[in-house]
Amino acid sequence: MTLKEIVDTLGATVALGQERLDMEVEHAFASDLMSDVLTLKDTPVLVTGLCNVQTIRTCDMATLDVIIFVRGKKPTDDMVELAEENDMVLICCPYSMFKACGLLYQAGLKPLY
Amino acid sequence: MHQEYTVVEGDFVNAGKASSSVKKTLKQLNVNPQVIKRVVVALYEAEVNAIAHAYGGTVSVDIDADKIRMVVADKGPGIPDIAWAMEEGHSTARPEVRDMGFGAGMGLPNMQKNVDHLNVTSEVGVGTTVEMEVKFV
Repeated sequence: MTLKEIVDTLGATVALGQERLDMEVEHAFASDLMSDVLTLKDTPVLVTGLCNVQTIRTCDMATLDVIIFVRGKKPTDDMVELAEENDMVLICCPYSMFKACGLLYQAGLKPLY
Repeated sequence: MHQEYTVVEGDFVNAGKASSSVKKTLKQLNVNPQVIKRVVVALYEAEVNAIAHAYGGTVSVDIDADKIRMVVADKGPGIPDIAWAMEEGHSTARPEVRDMGFGAGMGLPNMQKNVDHLNVTSEVGVGTTVEMEVKFV
């Protein structure tokens, strides 16, 4: 599915990367634990409620391009700046992690494992 | 090519800057992206450890044509039982470290998975040194 479809499914807003919403993604991973994110092999999308600069750094190191923040979390200006340097897309969703993942799964986004 | 960075205890705002800088250098050198990922994930884990668990330290990186060697040396408190710390799920992280999304006891095991050579030495009251090497081919 495209990032645009993800945004529509989640009633989300785009904090960074509006011009990249036609990007196609197949899999996602959801976690608030960055230690787990660093063990992933390949996935472009992270769903998380952890909203701090280390979320961006971790995704940079783990080669994740798209972060979906849940529970109404908004990235700070510092986070957006760092994400912009690394060509990321930041999406903000008002729903809980459980609801966001449920909706994305129902819409066809696959789990990593 | 030699690079050196200082990391400060508890400075989570800047945690990962050294790893990020190394990533940019390796990209410029056209190193295989999969290899870059292994290098920076391992280095980032070690860098975060020095900030989260220790009193800061230094990150030294030497890049040759065929490999990268990384040494993260912290200023203590040291690890009493390295074998215990190498097992997944074993952690002594403080609550504020866990609040940052770390401290799951995955750091050292994940370094081991991503590098070709890992050597951890530690002396309680003095510090811990993590030496890692990754071959480019």
